[in-house]
Amino acid sequence: MSATIATHVNGAPVYYDRSGEHHPPNSTMLGFWLYLMSDCLVFAVLFAVYAVLGRSYAAGPSGADLFDLPLVAANTALLLFSSITYGFAMIAMQARKKGQLLAWLAVTGLFGLGFLGIELYEFAHLIHEGAGPQRSAFLSSFFTLVATHGLHVTFGCIWLVTLMVQVRKLGLTPANRRRLMCLSMFWHFLDVVWIGVFTFVYLMGAL
Amino acid sequence: MAANHDHAHHGDDHLDGEADFHVSFKGYAIGFILSVILTAIPFWLVMGKVLPSPKMTGFVILGFAAVQMVVHMIYFLHMNAKVEGGWSMLALLFTVALVAIMLAGSVWVMFHMNTNMMPTPDPAAMRNMP
Amino acid sequence: MSTAQHQAAVEQLHPILGRLGWDAIPYHEPILVGTFAAVALGGLFVLALLTKFRLWGPLWRDWITSIDHKKIGIMYIVLGVVMLLRGFADAIMMRAHQAMAFGDNAGFLPPHHYDQVFTAHGVIMIFFVAMPLVTGFMNYIVPLQIGARDVAFPFLNNFSFWMTAGGAILVMISLFIGEFAKTGWLAYPPLSGILASPDVGVDYYVWALQIAGVGTTLSGINLVATIIKMRAPGMTMMKMPVFTWTSLCTNVLIVATFPVLAATLALLTADRYLGTNFFTNDLGGNAMLYVNLIWIWGHPEVYILVLPAFGIFSEIVSTFSRKKLFGYASMVYATVVITILSYLVWLHHFFTMGSGASVNSFFGITTMIISIPTGAKIFNWLFTMYRGRIKFDVPMLWTVGFMVTFVIGGMTGVLLAVPAADFVLHNSLFLIAHFHNVIIGGVVFGAFAGINYWFPKAFGFRLDAFWGKVSFWCWLIGFWVAFMPLYVLGLMGVTRRVSHFDDPSLQIWFIVAAIGGAIIACGIAAFLIQIGVSILRRKELADTTGDVWGGRTLEWSTASPPPDYNFAFTPIAHDMDAWHDMKQRGVERPTKGFVAIHMPRNTGAGFVIGMLATAMGFALIWHMYWIAAVGFAATVIAAIVHTFNYNRDYHIPADAVTRTEDERTRALAAAA
Repeated sequence: MSATIATHVNGAPVYYDRSGEHHPPNSTMLGFWLYLMSDCLVFAVLFAVYAVLGRSYAAGPSGADLFDLPLVAANTALLLFSSITYGFAMIAMQARKKGQLLAWLAVTGLFGLGFLGIELYEFAHLIHEGAGPQRSAFLSSFFTLVATHGLHVTFGCIWLVTLMVQVRKLGLTPANRRRLMCLSMFWHFLDVVWIGVFTFVYLMGAL
Repeated sequence: MAANHDHAHHGDDHLDGEADFHVSFKGYAIGFILSVILTAIPFWLVMGKVLPSPKMTGFVILGFAAVQMVVHMIYFLHMNAKVEGGWSMLALLFTVALVAIMLAGSVWVMFHMNTNMMPTPDPAAMRNMP
Repeated sequence: MSTAQHQAAVEQLHPILGRLGWDAIPYHEPILVGTFAAVALGGLFVLALLTKFRLWGPLWRDWITSIDHKKIGIMYIVLGVVMLLRGFADAIMMRAHQAMAFGDNAGFLPPHHYDQVFTAHGVIMIFFVAMPLVTGFMNYIVPLQIGARDVAFPFLNNFSFWMTAGGAILVMISLFIGEFAKTGWLAYPPLSGILASPDVGVDYYVWALQIAGVGTTLSGINLVATIIKMRAPGMTMMKMPVFTWTSLCTNVLIVATFPVLAATLALLTADRYLGTNFFTNDLGGNAMLYVNLIWIWGHPEVYILVLPAFGIFSEIVSTFSRKKLFGYASMVYATVVITILSYLVWLHHFFTMGSGASVNSFFGITTMIISIPTGAKIFNWLFTMYRGRIKFDVPMLWTVGFMVTFVIGGMTGVLLAVPAADFVLHNSLFLIAHFHNVIIGGVVFGAFAGINYWFPKAFGFRLDAFWGKVSFWCWLIGFWVAFMPLYVLGLMGVTRRVSHFDDPSLQIWFIVAAIGGAIIACGIAAFLIQIGVSILRRKELADTTGDVWGGRTLEWSTASPPPDYNFAFTPIAHDMDAWHDMKQRGVERPTKGFVAIHMPRNTGAGFVIGMLATAMGFALIWHMYWIAAVGFAATVIAAIVHTFNYNRDYHIPADAVTRTEDERTRALAAAA
């Protein structure tokens, strides 16, 4: 709603915006936040499934047998660093410093790819050990939850590269700034989900 | 033609809602340091088997996770009750409530379902049954 | 290696065509061959007409690529009506088959075909009739009611429609290539797992719903953002029309619940394609978990279907009683309470699955509580009608029909909410009768009411009242004749989804039900005739003022049909029932001083991305993995390419606006 449109003039109510100046505020940030809330619920289902099936080892390996906590700590660190570097990118955007922005985005992307690389290595190792997603319901839910998060990070990286190209090409237009803010929300949201993953899956699984 | 109303870029200076939050190095730095601490301690507690019981450890690290999620919300996602006229916060609270219902509800329901299901007999153990 | 892995290892796949082969085409099923012939002939006829009248250009420019919420709303409703015909054909087949399949008579549908018919009937009616109809109404009406020019994300709106249409296309293709699921409309495992259903049927089911589900979720986000951000100045939340309130709550439900369906179906898909063990019988899987999750989605879904209908009825009751809606605030609170409570009742769909007394009692109580706000709404509608000056035009007939039908259906629901009663009646025909009672009485009657009410606004002429009344009475009588016997049969213990019976004493009830089905068929025919006759008589039935019923909300302040930009000047609201308020105060419509209006541009990107996603779905169904990979990449690339299009809008020049508005000024003067 536009607060600048007068609903009354000289005490009398006005029924039409004759100036034509009313334009509805941009909804992109709210819309994207609502999408993130819906994505939260996808993860909620996957966490619920993990909560229910996470001890169904089917006489196979358990989390305590499989999880390499130092590797997970390294992964967590990479993702956390990528969050802070995205934060630096936003500071650069606010100051309209395109070069710095692109540099910090690139660093963020590298951290993201590093995270994915470690995760793929972990998966390959587990599958090689015979602890793939088909082995038991526990492993099915583990792989699905962690891989869904990883897929989101992958899409985030693709989006990041696309945005870097768009910012290079067209500069820090309002549309591009909105997109950067949306990706910022997305990226931080993935880190929030990861807190749930490393706590609920890895740390509690290793207890 | 009224080209003076270009509604898509009313001044390249600010977007609606961009005034809602102002990012600062200080905010990110505090959030980062808190996150590092809130991550390191749970890892230490589990890897070092510091607390006497696994159950207690479980509760404690879940608590740390909840706190760290709030830290992320405030310092990285700039969440407060004023963003988007309070609608962002409302949407978040509603979502959190639903997540809690779905998690707690599913675990409660499935626990009861599993308890009430007869165990399927192991074929080897049942081989002498009439 | 698990049994599922063994199964997968054995499958022979053609490198390009996967498991698609000539045997996928059902030459040997006469009903399908006949249907295909009819569809092919009808389709060719339509294509020929389009070519003859050179309509391909306008079809692409004005409809397929349109981001106008009004066009998209109409397309959703057309999709819903077309799919109603297919879903109803399934219904008639079931009624006819069950009326004859006793003793030695095996009926005309073999069991594996009958099972597909009831599955397709449910899937189509819920996902491709009811959802598109309510989405169509919300799309068309909400921006007009809040004084906006379009929804928050017009391109996304177009894309959402094409994803829904894509899902419908997959379901239709399953008739002629391969087969559909035989599992019932919710596809419970282990029956829907890869071992018990290795065929393509369940795969058609999951991909159709996943693709349509993306469209629905995005549409939900779109409308929530629209209602929150794009209301006209002065229109606070508590001054919004009731239909907009119910739309807000419906779309909140959509955003908050469709992700659960998407995730649950994805887990089923993983079991089928990747050999995971979520819902299998071995290696730790738990099929009950699927039932739990799918109903966490399923219960809010039924409120998604019915809340817009409640909103439609609220608008109609106040308009045709010529009275402000009674208890606006309590209507709003009731709707919000229903929205929240709908997440606390889901277990009542599986009381008998064995969760025990404490769990069942909790959910039984919450289920009873949720009926209370709906009851409050019924009282509000009745109090609105009391001492009103009621006009029984066709929309009002549907509304009164709803009040009687839905309340009875709701009462059988409260009966089923008692776990002990449900143990007797679960999955019996009593349950079938109950949910058809509320869905037909609520959603279908609401759709027909809405169509009769808003058709003049959308097309500039009213629908023929005589055929509208014929359609209404056939539906009302037909519904009761078709479903009362099912209540009786359910109480006698007859189970759902059964295709053959041995007890001859049951047959008479099925015959009566089949007659009811035939009466409903007359109702549908009358509806189609109504459309045809109205088009032929459109000059007589013309709506020249834009306010043919004496409406109370802002959509009635526009011309019929509204111009592309909806409002030349954004209205400013001062009270509830903003248009009624303006009429009372004698506010004059502006006739000069128009300015250029900023509008979004049409685009083909939504159609392209949607159809690529549909093609990818088809490829996945048939295990054509290379094509699926290419399809997926193409979809993603098309989406990325679209984001490079920054040229999304344009301005309608002031003199074009002036011309359109002058035409309206002349029409209003002539009508006076």
